[in-house]
Amino acid sequence: MYLYDEFDERLVRERVAQFASQVERRLSGALTEDEFRPLRLKNGLYLQLHSYMLRVAIPYGALNARQLRQLGFIADVHDRGYGHFTTRTNLQFHWARLKDVPTVLGLLADAGMHCIQTSGNCIRNVTADPFAGVAFDEIEDPRPVAELIRQWSSLHPEFEWLARKFKIAVSGAAQDRTVMKSHDLGVRIVRDAASGEIGYRILVGGGLGRSPMEAQILRDFLPRQDLLAYLEAALRVYNLAGRRDNKWKARIKFLVHDIGVEAFRAQVEDEFARIDKAKTNARPAEEARIAAFFAAPPYENLPGVSRKLERSIARDEELARFVEHNLTRHKRKGYAALTISLKPVGGIPGDISSDQMRVVADLAEQYSFDEARVTYAQNLVLPHVRLGDVPHIFARLKEQGLASANVGLITDIVSCPGLDYCGLATARSIPIAQALAQTFADPARQKDIGELSIKISGCINACGHHHVGAIGILGLEKKGAESYQFTLGGDPGDSYALGELLGPGLPAEKVPEAVERLVAVYLARRQPDETFIETTRRLGLAPFKTAFKEIADAVA
Amino acid sequence: MAAAKRPELPAILVANDLREGEVVFATLEGWTRDPRRALVVQDERAAEALRDFGAKEFLRARVVDPQLVAIENAEGAPRPRHYREALRALGPSVRPDLGKQADFPL
Repeated sequence: MYLYDEFDERLVRERVAQFASQVERRLSGALTEDEFRPLRLKNGLYLQLHSYMLRVAIPYGALNARQLRQLGFIADVHDRGYGHFTTRTNLQFHWARLKDVPTVLGLLADAGMHCIQTSGNCIRNVTADPFAGVAFDEIEDPRPVAELIRQWSSLHPEFEWLARKFKIAVSGAAQDRTVMKSHDLGVRIVRDAASGEIGYRILVGGGLGRSPMEAQILRDFLPRQDLLAYLEAALRVYNLAGRRDNKWKARIKFLVHDIGVEAFRAQVEDEFARIDKAKTNARPAEEARIAAFFAAPPYENLPGVSRKLERSIARDEELARFVEHNLTRHKRKGYAALTISLKPVGGIPGDISSDQMRVVADLAEQYSFDEARVTYAQNLVLPHVRLGDVPHIFARLKEQGLASANVGLITDIVSCPGLDYCGLATARSIPIAQALAQTFADPARQKDIGELSIKISGCINACGHHHVGAIGILGLEKKGAESYQFTLGGDPGDSYALGELLGPGLPAEKVPEAVERLVAVYLARRQPDETFIETTRRLGLAPFKTAFKEIADAVA
Repeated sequence: MAAAKRPELPAILVANDLREGEVVFATLEGWTRDPRRALVVQDERAAEALRDFGAKEFLRARVVDPQLVAIENAEGAPRPRHYREALRALGPSVRPDLGKQADFPL
């Protein structure tokens, strides 16, 4: 895992001191709220419904034990004993106090963390495949590239005040696990079929929110040495040509949509041709320095099957379920990537207590070469677990309420904080997630239904990724009450699709029944081995719309 | 400048404390964390006075986002009419152990 060098350390410490001075001036009244707001946003500090919220960057979702423990300490001493993992793999503290934020930023810096660029109109925290470095289908580990982009984009003087926020994802595997096509810019590591050379496919113009759009290919193959020059060219074109007169039309997706990807590409290529590549691209020595931090850990030579695990599974039905749903194939024999679900039935998706942070820290340290990852689906991953250690890890997780065996299933629900916390939200989303998880709590029923993603957003900004949920739920206000719109058929992966609207909004109490109806259509009409999303693709919207209409009509 | 919108009445003045971020309610003596002690104004003139107080307190860097919130008088505490403001006055509905609902018998 990457560790700060003296430059990273100095940059973060200087930023903490700068923000401490800004807070002091705000508290004295020397800075007005209008002057202070963009400064606090640049440091991840929002004012939300009940309090300030501090968003901590977790670059490409990677955490070590020390960082997890420090987050737990901050949660206990400066917040309310918990944190919330987001769909951008960041961690939010929902009860921050402005006067204490400089102290908290100092504590984060002590563990190599910060809140820089987790908010505001700049390049946000870079995300990557949570199984980076361990995925069996990986072409190349995306973390060195993600780290390079993190360093390049941190306080980049030209891109500090973009027209709007800018999100980048990096993937190095055959299967996309980053929702890449929902990003402003995507970097996909690919191998050129003809030459065998590794380079990048660059995607542009994806986004969710009130105008969801699928990213398009900007460059099919970019030689690896040119990455930063090309990113700089794309950002420069956007920075100069993107709209600044209308906040709702300012993301890069609108520029690409308005002028067309061909015209956008032509402008980027012109700019790319002009850029001094030797000056802009990373030096090979620097790339090698970064890559060295991500060298494979000292794995043991293990058999592909663990007898200890097999014996334990035979004795313990719960463990068997956990192994079936929460383990992902590892590139190394005898190891697995183990997903810790933060979706206990009745819990709050993505929330983690300080005690749980410390237990995950201990497990990461003892069993996963001091590494944990955050996923965009608001879960955690221990990326390098020996199969024989799984029963013990499972037992420890179970003690902490962290052993839900539901990864990818109907209760593994993605949900933004919604109106329970967020000042922008138009409706609550967490209680909807809780009610649905309770409705489908029975493990046998979950298994029968199989892979099914429900994603819930509490407003049109779509932090809960509802557009790409197989079932997407959007909370809105209708006639002074909370109302929930349904979309169907969204897919965040390689078969990327935006969900389509099923009908008028429903009141909260009707949401579980509506989902039950949709699931019933699937169970009645699925073909052998067909998942929910595959059935929706084959059948189209019509039978699901009919089932949904019965509920909507009853409400009307 | 457009004229300020007429407040719906009765109303209370709600803001966030600048230093702490916490939701606070205007009283005759200043601000309180306790929604039960919020000053309820029944007429437009009193509402204007409360709005002016909020604007001054904002300029004095004591609170952020002061706004009049329409309420109905419930038992023991004024209850905001809109569900968003009602949540704000109570705390997260999914964490009854946090927020005003945990600190005060509402």
